[in-house]
Amino acid sequence: MPKIIPVPDELSKPFWDAVNERRLSLQRCTACSKLQYPPKQICQACGSGDNLEWKDVEGKGHVSTYIVIEDGRLNRRMPDQPYNLALITLDEDTSVNFYSNLPGIPPYEVPVGAPVKVIFEEVGPNQLIHEWQVVD
Amino acid sequence: MATQPYKWRRDTDGLGVWEHRGKVAVAGFGHSPVNRRWDETSMDQTLGAYSMLACELAMEDAGVTPDQIDGVICCDSHIAGNSGGTASNWAPRPYFDPPYDSEWGLTLVNGDWLVKNMELPNVKYAPSNVPTIGEMFGLAAQSIADGLCTTCLVIYPTGNMEGRYRRGGENAEDTAGGARQWTVPWGNHGGNDFINIFPHNQYCLKYGGTHDDVAPFVINQHRNGLLTPWGYNASSGMVQLTMDDYVNSRYILNPLRIFDCDRPVNASAAYLVTTAERARDMKQPPVYVLNHSQHNFNHRTTQPDLDEIEEWTDRAAKRMYEGAGLGPTDVDIFNPYDGYSIMAQFFLEAFQWHGVKRGDAFAFYADDIRVEGPHPFCSSGGNLGNGRTRTAMYTDSIEQLRGTAGPRQVTVRAETALAAFTTPSSGGWMMFGKHPN
Repeated sequence: MPKIIPVPDELSKPFWDAVNERRLSLQRCTACSKLQYPPKQICQACGSGDNLEWKDVEGKGHVSTYIVIEDGRLNRRMPDQPYNLALITLDEDTSVNFYSNLPGIPPYEVPVGAPVKVIFEEVGPNQLIHEWQVVD
Repeated sequence: MATQPYKWRRDTDGLGVWEHRGKVAVAGFGHSPVNRRWDETSMDQTLGAYSMLACELAMEDAGVTPDQIDGVICCDSHIAGNSGGTASNWAPRPYFDPPYDSEWGLTLVNGDWLVKNMELPNVKYAPSNVPTIGEMFGLAAQSIADGLCTTCLVIYPTGNMEGRYRRGGENAEDTAGGARQWTVPWGNHGGNDFINIFPHNQYCLKYGGTHDDVAPFVINQHRNGLLTPWGYNASSGMVQLTMDDYVNSRYILNPLRIFDCDRPVNASAAYLVTTAERARDMKQPPVYVLNHSQHNFNHRTTQPDLDEIEEWTDRAAKRMYEGAGLGPTDVDIFNPYDGYSIMAQFFLEAFQWHGVKRGDAFAFYADDIRVEGPHPFCSSGGNLGNGRTRTAMYTDSIEQLRGTAGPRQVTVRAETALAAFTTPSSGGWMMFGKHPN
């Protein structure tokens, strides 16, 4: 079953535009140099409001931990149950994390601590999302 | 009617002792029956009817009459408080004769509706946009301390109806906007279960232990719930949960099991909050408010991790202790929020109740936490033991300080109590005292 389709807004459009070009681009605060995801109007680290720029990142990370969704509430994902929901930390800034279903990894068999790389998955017409793949 | 008018929250670090410490008191409480669901036909079991009943019981408990009420603070509720987004909306439906000719009174209740339908003639303060009970109790305490009202009904309704919980609305949609665009595509529909399960896994890795180490806590919550006559478990003929029941129960978000989650119910509770001076002339011994504090910490990224959760809960504990002028060894009754079992260890360790430090919770759970024992943790039974009323923590704290908790009455000292409905990132805490000083 296809995943649920994100709906970009004014703040998130640059992010999703980059994803649709198969790039992972995060906000970066030029005042404190911290990366930020999801995008916000101000830097969550230093509170700066006028110093956020977009920066492409390499898209490498590690699996921090995971759960398996066996009885979730999202109608569209119910046929997928059980499925992994992993927490990925970004190598460039480990305070930034992402969710991933870890395509290709069977439920319950998630290698915690394993390195991952970003991939892109089509979820709707002209809409990709960022996903993560375990690197052998 | 007034709207929520002023900066009442105590939600920053370093505020010092609350200037109104001991000058506000809880003088009464009342609970409706706790049903699993409203059947959509029994008009004496609507959320409105149950809220009016709870108010009547609270006034009776305190010994006040409707004409003495000058404040009504009611969380604007539909289901499970004011959370859940469109997935918690149950309208439209066929309606009934007044006062149930709209959604109001059925699954929606607020101060204005209660003032009108309870015929409270002297209410001068009924704010709108009232938050959930963790903060609402603080709003009530501060409002009375600031003289906005003197004798106030504080109501928290939580509704539930037929059908799977929160399976509709935005959870049935094929797209996700707003904050949900960052979570829903991967399966996170949002909520405290998701917020806490990842840090809980990290907790087990960092400090050792497995998820099932929370089982003694969950089982004890059910035990305390069966000692709470008004709660769902006790009033519905539930039997005591066993370790076998727990470890063989199905998973929701593996490793989170069904018994780690509270049971949605249809119920309402009300509290009579007043000035300490007035409370002394009322029917019950006053339970004084020694502090209220709130927090709403920014999420750094998509998912809070263990470090963030520990930092937030440490800050919340510091705020509360500072405002109450008390420390961990001063707290006798500790009723943190337990809507998902995996949150409680973060609160227990942050507040260092009975000396529990970071990483010690599972060993503490394995010790004697029964109400008659030396460490009566969550003597209320909370939401796991009573259903998702989110009020058991407050009522038990009041009863313990009054000395009227019946079979739940602790055998240790009961002169101060901490109670909360809060997540690690947002919500509020209350400190109650048997004495004002």
